[in-house]
Amino acid sequence: MDMIINGIMHALELLIKGDKDILNIIIVTLQVSGAATLISVAVGIPLGTLMALRDFRGKNILSSLVNFGMGLPPVVAGLLVTLILWRYGPLGSMNLMYTIPAMVIAQSLVATPIITGLSFAAILNINPKLKFQLLSLGAEPFQVSLILVKEAKLGLMAAVIAGFGRVISEVGAAMMVGGNVRGKTRILTTAIVLEVDKGNYDIAIAIAIILLLITYIVVALLTFLQHNERSNW
Amino acid sequence: MKHNKTLLKGGQSNMKKFLNIILAIYLGVLLVGCSSNASSSENKSSSNASEKKEVILGMTTGIEDAGLLDVIIPAFEKETGYKTKTVSVGTGQALALAQKGEVDAIFVNSPPAEKQALKDGYIINRRLAMHNDFVVIGPESDNAKIKGTKDVLQALTTIANTQSQFISRADDSGTNKLEMSLWKQTSVTPKGSPWYVEAGAGMSQTLKIANEKNAYTITDRATYLFNKKVLSLPVLSEGDPKLINLYSVSEVNKEKFSRVNSEGAKAFTDFVLSKNGQELIAKHGKEQVGQYLFTADGGKADKDYGF
Repeated sequence: MDMIINGIMHALELLIKGDKDILNIIIVTLQVSGAATLISVAVGIPLGTLMALRDFRGKNILSSLVNFGMGLPPVVAGLLVTLILWRYGPLGSMNLMYTIPAMVIAQSLVATPIITGLSFAAILNINPKLKFQLLSLGAEPFQVSLILVKEAKLGLMAAVIAGFGRVISEVGAAMMVGGNVRGKTRILTTAIVLEVDKGNYDIAIAIAIILLLITYIVVALLTFLQHNERSNW
Repeated sequence: MKHNKTLLKGGQSNMKKFLNIILAIYLGVLLVGCSSNASSSENKSSSNASEKKEVILGMTTGIEDAGLLDVIIPAFEKETGYKTKTVSVGTGQALALAQKGEVDAIFVNSPPAEKQALKDGYIINRRLAMHNDFVVIGPESDNAKIKGTKDVLQALTTIANTQSQFISRADDSGTNKLEMSLWKQTSVTPKGSPWYVEAGAGMSQTLKIANEKNAYTITDRATYLFNKKVLSLPVLSEGDPKLINLYSVSEVNKEKFSRVNSEGAKAFTDFVLSKNGQELIAKHGKEQVGQYLFTADGGKADKDYGF
């Protein structure tokens, strides 16, 4: 118990003092998880919408793949990205291994299926009659999609929050493709692992508290956004 | 009522505006951060193409866990202008990465495996950099009664004969390789025995498992000292010459892998063996754990330690 209280004190101390290492780790964490979430949203929401509104060949296979991807173990994603990105891999000449972009790629791989799958479900959840009503009122198919996406905002925001949660809590893939390089690819989760390895439980707890704090702030902002839309209905 | 409603609506749209602004700021920071990262790395790689390419170093975890990495790397970068990426993995994995040309230089601790790698030709210029030693630790109650036994083979045999629980790293690291070679020299085959636990973990993690299970294990002294504050296991057997832990630096063979940054690799190994590098090694640890953790060995060779 003492350890946790000390951890909280230590976390506050690090934040107030503006510890340079910690600030850097926080910035890298936000960059990686922010960029990965954005990419996953940019791919996942349109794909989920398409799957919900259109019929096409292989749709069942695609949705089973998306659902399968929702359970993709991050270390597997990390391994895959490693094999592709390292020096003698297919994209080795880009020198991306152990960089932030490599981490973003791995994290996006993990979060995109989650956002796709949940968007798919969110849009399917809307009354199917609405689509035909809109069409009969003379809306263009694209307009219909836009309106349905707007209607499904609550569910879509839940998808974004779930995707972000997956990304910011991820450690295995980030460790593997990022290398946990100090000042470059060290993020809050990998920093916790390292401090535990060093036997510095107090610092590990402090970083864990900072991680929880940041996750909560971001999720709270997203939640406000989500419910704001809801009350406008 | 109506008035109230409009107020509420006004409040909401303000809230929305506020959140949108925050979102916009965040996106801005993200973009600036990413692009500045991208541009700085671009600058690096373009100016590096002619001279200073990034160096990728495969280091054994013990160096990072003992905090030595954080001392050596900044000093190396400052002195030479090279940028580094360090991958802290077990010696086995570091050698595997070297074998694929994925790292430029290695800093590891398993002389027999390194000599095999030299023979196979994927690493070159192996040079002894420093040493410390391994110790056998175990529960205070010491059921196997090995306390004070200097002969490590005898200590291990006793642990086996008394069926006392022993945690092995089982991760193909330098420490694990040494442990396996020690068992080989005894008449015991521990693998598969109920008292022999294979952790598949790094040193720190293995120490914590041994601590929770009140078991014996073998550890390098630096990692042990760094974790001592969370451990209740004392050192029971130490001092056998077989327990010396030699750390060496090697470069990955450029002739085998054209993408290897051999200049950077040489700069790093030279730095570790330079006066400055050796001094950093020799002085490390006093501040953090109250004693020196490594002995600098620049200019010495394995045979000085009977290998």
